[in-house]
Amino acid sequence: MSGWFADIVWADIAQACLDTLAMLGGSLVLTILFGLPLGIALFLTSPGQVWANRLGNGALALAVNLLRSVPFIILLIVMIPATVLLVGTSLGVAGAIPPLVVGAAPFFARLVETALRGVDRNTVEAVQAMGATTRDLVWRALLPEAMPGIVAAATVTAVALVSFTAMAGVVGAGGLGDLAIRFGYQRFQTDVMVVTVALLLLLVQGIQMLGDRLVRRLVRG
Amino acid sequence: MIRLDGVTKRFAGGAVALDDVALDVARGEVFGIIGRSGAGKSTLIRMLNGLERPSAGQVLVDGADVATLDDAALRTLRRRVGMIFQQFGLLGSRTVADNVAFPLKVAGMGAGDRAARVAELLARVGLSDHGAKYPAQLSGGQKQRVGIARALATGPDILLCDEATSALDPETTRDVLALIADLNRDLGLTIVLITHEMDVVRQVCDRVAVLHAGRVVEQGAVADIFLDPQAAETRALLAEAGEQVTADFAEFAGRVVRWTCHGDTIGQPVLTMVARETGADFAILDGRIGRLRDERYGQLTLGLSGGDTDAAIAALGRYGRVSA
Ligand SMILES: Nc1ncnc2c1ncn2[C@@H]1O[C@H](COP(=O)(O)OP(=O)(O)O)[C@@H](O)[C@H]1O
Ligand SMILES: [Mg+2]
Repeated sequence: MSGWFADIVWADIAQACLDTLAMLGGSLVLTILFGLPLGIALFLTSPGQVWANRLGNGALALAVNLLRSVPFIILLIVMIPATVLLVGTSLGVAGAIPPLVVGAAPFFARLVETALRGVDRNTVEAVQAMGATTRDLVWRALLPEAMPGIVAAATVTAVALVSFTAMAGVVGAGGLGDLAIRFGYQRFQTDVMVVTVALLLLLVQGIQMLGDRLVRRLVRG
Repeated sequence: MIRLDGVTKRFAGGAVALDDVALDVARGEVFGIIGRSGAGKSTLIRMLNGLERPSAGQVLVDGADVATLDDAALRTLRRRVGMIFQQFGLLGSRTVADNVAFPLKVAGMGAGDRAARVAELLARVGLSDHGAKYPAQLSGGQKQRVGIARALATGPDILLCDEATSALDPETTRDVLALIADLNRDLGLTIVLITHEMDVVRQVCDRVAVLHAGRVVEQGAVADIFLDPQAAETRALLAEAGEQVTADFAEFAGRVVRWTCHGDTIGQPVLTMVARETGADFAILDGRIGRLRDERYGQLTLGLSGGDTDAAIAALGRYGRVSA
């Protein structure tokens, strides 16, 4: 047993944890900020909805599908120039956030669109029939009605972001994934690998539990 | 109050849901539209609050052509035209009281006025104790009452009902229809009601239009349409619902007539009086006694033989309407 955990520098682990949490927090907030309106737009421009528009919907869908079809590891690399332009560096937590958001926002937008599609068609019509503006329809009816689905979508997206942050480690973002690869994989320090994976698992479990609890609280009756 | 003129609706893809429809609904009446599933009933009623736009023709609601209104004018119109739905369309994330308050909030009414109005509306539909519940905790009939309270919130003059009772059991249907009839009487609400259930029309409507494959094949007073339908489509529809006698009595040796009477005549011994007077014998071949809205009616298919059948038919004509 004496060899176990001997390689581990706990300060590195703590720093990596903070980096991962910062990347996750920052990118999740921005993903929701960009993904939610995109998801709403995807829904509202689809056939039969208030802004039904074949061309607009087709363009949005194409952009979303394009971003979603690029493997994240490729996105990380091709985005380097844009990232440098945006945040001044492609390294560290700041450098990881733009590709994380670009990778996750289209995914989240699709999930939001699906959640909105789940809102009872009759409810949408009833709200329109009472003379609501599109703004009232979205803010006061669609989003509240779809909120459990949107929170579930954010939960799934957050979990996906955890694995994206690990991959971002490859291009110098830091965090737990970076630690796992540099020490655990490349230097055969299995104990570092085990600890980082355990911490990532803990994080994913925590996110899922929090999300599930929120959804349960939001579902009425 | 409502006038449709030459209204045609062609959907993208070519389906013609309405074909040259003309209708008039008078202020304060309950107007029914019946027809099979797919006849175009929902498309028609949705024209009246601009949820659907006609491909051709005019939809006039209180003088305004719905199809030409801009968004703001359409929203104003919609506050004067309430609508209820088969599947209720309630907001599951909001309480009953908040559902009823929703159109008021959207119309910009302050919170204080809103609470008072909601209390009044919930009392009106008999749900005063249920304001804090969520829709999922209510029965179907209660949900539709919430739908009605919500539709009435902005004080409309017109109420549109799209199969409003079709998801309810017969007893609840009767209660909800009674409520709708009360609203018509107490608030002078003009009501357009579409349904595939003949009982609904019989219970609450003043006039009715029969829609078949996008065309109005017949319209008129409910008694006329139900007791003396002219169009083949109407007869078929009524026969399926067990309303109308279509059996063939050719094998009967005497004369066969249909006799229809209303109101107080139902309580009188008309047949025996006529039989004594004219010496004719009556066989009752078919018939029903029922109610159209608040009036009782009877319709009998009679076989006459012996005595003076012409005099008997003339005598029957004094108490009701005789048709072949
Ligand atoms: N949005 C739509 N797009 C294409 N066809 C439609 C649409 N809505 C209704 N229809 C068609 O129009 C016809 C009438 O439909 P509807 O008015 O719903 O009938 P009803 O309410 O009498 O059952 C049907 O054949 C239906 O398939
Ligand atoms: Mg319908």
